Parts: sequence; structure tokens; C-alpha cells
Amino acid sequence: MSGTRVGIIGIGQSEFKAKRPDANYPELVREAVTLALGDGGLGLDEVEAVVCSLAPDALLGIGNAERLAVDAVGARNKRLMRINTGGSTGISALAAGHAHIAAGVCDVVLVAGADKVGECGDSQTILNKIWDPTYERSLPLGTITMLAMSATRYMHKYGMTEQDMARVVVKNREHAALNPKAHLRARTSIDEVMASRMISWPIKLFDACPQSSGGCAMVLASESYIRARRREAVWMTGVGSSAESYYIGDRMGNGYAADHADAQALGEACQRAYRMAGISDPAQQIDVGELYAPFSNTEFHSIEAAGLADRGHSPALLKEGWFRLGGRTPVNPSGGVLCSNPIAVTAMVRVAEAALQVWNRAGAHQVKGARRAIASGNGGDHQLFGAVVVEA
Amino acid sequence: MELMTRVERWDITYRHALGETASWFFAQIRDRKQIYGRRDPKSGRVLCPPRAFSDQTLQPTNEWVPVGPRGKIECFTIVYEPFKDLPEPPYAFGYVLLEGADTAIGGYFKGVDLSDGAVAATRLAIGTPVMTQFAEHRTGDVLDFWFTVAK
Repeated sequence: MSGTRVGIIGIGQSEFKAKRPDANYPELVREAVTLALGDGGLGLDEVEAVVCSLAPDALLGIGNAERLAVDAVGARNKRLMRINTGGSTGISALAAGHAHIAAGVCDVVLVAGADKVGECGDSQTILNKIWDPTYERSLPLGTITMLAMSATRYMHKYGMTEQDMARVVVKNREHAALNPKAHLRARTSIDEVMASRMISWPIKLFDACPQSSGGCAMVLASESYIRARRREAVWMTGVGSSAESYYIGDRMGNGYAADHADAQALGEACQRAYRMAGISDPAQQIDVGELYAPFSNTEFHSIEAAGLADRGHSPALLKEGWFRLGGRTPVNPSGGVLCSNPIAVTAMVRVAEAALQVWNRAGAHQVKGARRAIASGNGGDHQLFGAVVVEA
Repeated sequence: MELMTRVERWDITYRHALGETASWFFAQIRDRKQIYGRRDPKSGRVLCPPRAFSDQTLQPTNEWVPVGPRGKIECFTIVYEPFKDLPEPPYAFGYVLLEGADTAIGGYFKGVDLSDGAVAATRLAIGTPVMTQFAEHRTGDVLDFWFTVAK
């Protein structure tokens, strides 16, 4: 790896909730920024550039809302850009911030954003619009139906059951009960998940992420800045991303490059991040994963893409307790996306939580002795993926 | 303290150009009840729905290939939840690999009893053979056709 080493010096997250009637969009961004700057012990005047983490405009209902956020992030007279890669926006925004510092363009970059997913009433109506008007908009596609179809292929290919899916929910809610920032924190049981109403077979209500509101911000800095000011930091040692081609129907049939059951491009993103970080055996070398999974079934192919289990094997390992707090490689000790999904920043929260883990600052949901973590983000129609390795 | 809200509605009409490839594809469905894929000369793969260029080899596609009407289910879901501006549930849809094509095309599955999701899921299991059905009145749209389970 060439270039300057990039550290995380400040982290701020809202306590995620369904609605925030007390704050408008820039106020929510400001809330996260204030927390991150306070955590990092610096002021806005030291920030040289800002990356605004913002997913589809229609979720907020404001065209290019990053312009409203300029005041909230102190970006007047500074370099500002907005990054949008759908659900993986937050991790792509961090990658953009990282690249500025690694390239020597800036020493301190603020990455910030917020979302208010419930304000439009129904996020699936908005997400239906990401499908191609030529061939697919007439179909009732949305992120839930798309990933329910991934579930049916994963069931067929590897024998996953609805109970396996429910087990992911039980694990993540246990974790979220220990995380004061999480939106859904109530513990649950396999029976309760199985009894929850069916949304899109096999995904039931409890198998699905909530619509969350809140903000997240992180301050990234160069190693020279960190050493000169004697700041504490954890390090982004690996950054990778990969895109999948657009048509879901190309990920099945004959001669496909990737199967819609799996998360091939996520695997490529993770491999790139691991290579950069010098990690050759993630199952052994990674202590904790914060892996983007808005539906219970998708946590399985994400675990496998992150190299923490062989393809198709993670449901059995979950049953043995591998991925819960106290297990072999805890996955989503924060509760994950299943418990909080403020779409514009969800993938940034994954890196924030990974950073808190290796920083030994994760409180009640701390993985003991964690020093190396993998974080991931997924976006679009299972299409735009990012991965980050964070180390102490 | 009183917290107010303000209602805004987006109601925007677009007239999307579908391009030459998709326009020809839809005209064949409307006029002849025939679905086509388009072949990528480098890999030989037949892409359906058709595109002017291949996602894998990036080459322009060069040959129209008739596909279907038989096919098999590659994935499915059954929706029970109502979503705003989306159809009244329950309904089933997914992707079908039509005979002669190498990629799968999206469409509704009709004629299956959806009252019990677990049972319906076995009727729509991956690999199930299906037949394409065409609407009597067609406009040149993906909703001009759907799939039923073949005997």
C-alpha cells in the first residue's frame, strides 16, 4: 500500500429512531457532526474538506440536499462533494475521504450525513424507482422483493431455512439490546420472528430492517496530523469496492459471472480491502465484522463474502454460535442494519461500529480484545459494494 | 413545544425513450407475441431482455434470437404486504430463463394459489417449468406477458 496512512479520530452517531420530528435534515447532520468533532477534540476550522454521505434524494424529498448540509458541516470555502452509491453510500463516502488523505491532498476530512427514511411514508415506493424504466419498472420490484428472490435462490442452492433466517434476527436483537444507539432493541425469539407477518416470501416483518432516522459523522486524518497533535486514532488499513452489473436476471440462468444467491462483488470488495491491509486469512485474522445486511438472509452471503465462512456454510455456523457476541467471530455486535437503517449513513455506521470495536470503546456490545475488524456496505440492486478494514 | 410538519408531493411524468433495441423487442411482443433475446458475438450468450451491448464482454450484441415460450423459474417471491402505488397483494413474480436465452427475464407468475405461502413456494420452486402467456390486448410492455406453471 502506498500513500499516507489514514486514521479515524472522531466518531458521532445519533440514537437512531423511527422519526425525528424535532429536527430537519441539516439539524440532524449537525447533531452527528457536533458529536464527531467533540469526540475528536477538534473544531470545524481544522476540517479541510467534507464528504457528504447522501443516498437517493427522493428518500428525503429534497433535490441535492447536501447543499442544505453545507452550513451544518461548515463547508463554506471548503471542498465539498456528495457521494451516493445507494445503501453503500456511507462506506463509499469514507472511501472518498480516505483517498483524499492517502493521496496527500488533505490532512483532515469530515465525512457526514443523515437520513429521515420514514418521512416519505413508504421507502419501497421510492426504491421501486431505481429499476430500469425500459424493462423492469412495470414490475413491483423493490429492495425487499429483490432480496427475497436472493433468499429463494440461496435456499435452493444451500438449503437455508426460514428458521435459519430467524436465528440471525434473534442474534442481532440480542446485540442491539446492548447498543444505546440502535433503533430496534427489543429481544426476540425464533417463534416470534416466524409468527411475524409475511412481507415478501420468505422475508417476514421481523426479518426486515426498520426505517430509521438519524445522522453519523466521522473525522479522518493523516498519520502526520495525528502524530503532530498526539491524537488517539484507529486506522483504515484496507479500503475496497466493487460493482456488479445492473440486471438481476444476468445473475442466474446460464454462464453467469455471479449468482444472485451470493454476494460475489461484495467478496471482491472485501478481498481488495484485505489485500491492502495485508490480511490473507480473514477467518483467522479478523476479530469482528460489521456487515451490511438489511434482511436476515443477506447476512449469510455477506459473512461468506467477507471470508468468515465458506459459501453456504454460515447458517450452520450461526447455529453453533460462531457469530454472536462471545462466539468465534462476532458479526454485527451493534445489532447491524436489521436493527437500524438510516439509509444515507447506514454503511458509515458499519465502519463507525467497527472502529469503536478495535478502539475498545464499544461499551456493553464490545468484542473483547478486538483489534482487526471488517466493515461492509451494499447498495443499489445488490450492485455497489464497499469494504473497509479497521485496525487498532 | 409544538413541532410542525409540511406536506409536499412529487408528481412527475416522464416520457422515456426506450432505444432501438428495446423498441424492436416490444414491437415483436405487441405484433407477433414473440419474445427475443440478443446474442453477444464474443461469448455467444443470448441476453434477454435484450441489450445493445453485453454486460460481460462489453461488445455490441449482433443477432436477434427468438426465445421461449417455455422456460423455467430461476427465482421468485410472493408479496403479501401492500406498498403505496404498488399492486394489491398477494402476487407472485420473479425471473424466468426462457428456452434459448442465457439470462433471465422478470415477470409475474399467475394461476398459483397464494393463500399459503409455504405451499405456494413449493409450486414456484426454482427449476419449475413455466409457459409464457400473452395478453389479448398488447401495447408493447413487459406486462403484455406473464408466466404460468407448465404441466
